[in-house]
Amino acid sequence: MSRNADNWLLRVTNLTKIYGEPNKNTVSLTGPEFNSNICPETDSIVACADISFDLYPGEVLGIVGESGSGKSTVVKLLYFDMEKTGGAAWLKPYADGSIDMLSESNQKKRFIRNNLMGMVYQNPRDGLNFNFTSGGNIAEKLIMAGNYHVGEIRGRASDLLNKTEVPVLRMDDRPANFSGGMQQRVQISKAIANNPPLLFLDEVTTGLDVSVQAKVLDLIRELQQDLGIAMIVVSHDLSVIRMLTDRTIVMKNGRIVESGLTDQILQDPQHEYSQLLVSSLL
Amino acid sequence: MNILEVNNLSKDFNLHILNDKWIEALKNINFTMKEGEIIGLTGKSGSGKSSLMKCLYRTYLASSGEIIYLSKNGPVDLVKADDHRIIDLRKSEITYCSQFLSVIPRVSAVDVVCEHLFRVEKDKDFARSQAKEMLEQLGLPYELWDAFPVTFSGGEQQRINVARSIIAKPRFLLIDEPTASLDAKTKDVVVDMILQLKANGTSVLCISHDEYTLERLCDRRIDLKFGEIISEELATNQ
Repeated sequence: MSRNADNWLLRVTNLTKIYGEPNKNTVSLTGPEFNSNICPETDSIVACADISFDLYPGEVLGIVGESGSGKSTVVKLLYFDMEKTGGAAWLKPYADGSIDMLSESNQKKRFIRNNLMGMVYQNPRDGLNFNFTSGGNIAEKLIMAGNYHVGEIRGRASDLLNKTEVPVLRMDDRPANFSGGMQQRVQISKAIANNPPLLFLDEVTTGLDVSVQAKVLDLIRELQQDLGIAMIVVSHDLSVIRMLTDRTIVMKNGRIVESGLTDQILQDPQHEYSQLLVSSLL
Repeated sequence: MNILEVNNLSKDFNLHILNDKWIEALKNINFTMKEGEIIGLTGKSGSGKSSLMKCLYRTYLASSGEIIYLSKNGPVDLVKADDHRIIDLRKSEITYCSQFLSVIPRVSAVDVVCEHLFRVEKDKDFARSQAKEMLEQLGLPYELWDAFPVTFSGGEQQRINVARSIIAKPRFLLIDEPTASLDAKTKDVVVDMILQLKANGTSVLCISHDEYTLERLCDRRIDLKFGEIISEELATNQ
């Protein structure tokens, strides 16, 4: 199968998020050359600007950068957790990629989120409802996509928890009673419940103990191999990027400074900042 | 037909974090490769052999020149092709076997070997059984098949590295020091495996310091020195 320019799953163009009241110079007066996200003329903050990339089906894209780089902002914008300032994003399975999903109504955005995307947050409290059981959290996702058959829902929840190695006996327990690693695995189950073509993972192992981190990363790798989901993996940790991704975007002060194949970014980084990051590996 | 045409390939490194230090790794590399050929790449340590291979695999971005690869879907300039195309080619046609096994933690030897085949064939059991056969041929002890390679000896890791690159029968194989760290008997097994690939149509570029390996494998040799090709010769046993 040859790839042509139309085979993308997700296309993002000039995605921009600015806090405050920007003027016409705001974007050009901020960025990696200025080592700043703050516009000197208006004090507005450029969280990210002019972010453009394609994601193909089954590909895993890493977004790496330090605090303030804008990497989480990109993902939050694409998952509709915040409103864009500018730019557009098209998802092939939605209207055959002909409509900018970031400009759609809230109702349509909910549809896209529930049916075509999954998100795993760094903090399980952002992705799970701690008032529901773990099974209930998965059920919530399935119900929001229009599945109302209780037997099927429980069966699916059970399958997913098995897949993510959460003991099925704990299906009726609340996540508050789980360890951090298990909470993450429940989040992952919930995120893939509807077999979305696209999964976002935002710093999902940051803050976990190393052994727990390892288990979660292994799970993600396996799921990716078995299900072939396209993923966007945000991390400040290059080892996570190395383990999971095919391609990588390096961000600094809200801009992309370099993008390429992950092994190229790690072994032959071109931009000064990429070189600094790579050489900073412990 | 030429499977590869390398024209005026150069590679420099500009190390910004070392005050823009400039390192020339490859200078004006020109050569072609026929389909089904095995070319041995030789030269002293630091002469640019691995750099050349990494440019072909796109781990390194060439500074100038072109690399015309004849893929199943037609010719592609590997220097200019976009990332998605390269990812596609790596999944389906081009395999790179580096000098050292880059260990993916907590994946058993069998699973490391069968990963690529599983991606192509989508049958986990079949892929695993093929992997086991290969490990047996390569003399890797049965107890190690489900163990994690990070604790293996250099020679054991090397065997897994070679097995994982060969198992999916790539169209174009880049292999860096396949027989270093191996005893004589296993060397022969590896060489036989590569010759078997060639018989099935695979083209192979092989870096080696080992005269025995080069002699058994290569149709042609290219010798590098200080980033340049200093000689190309047909193997004497041809």
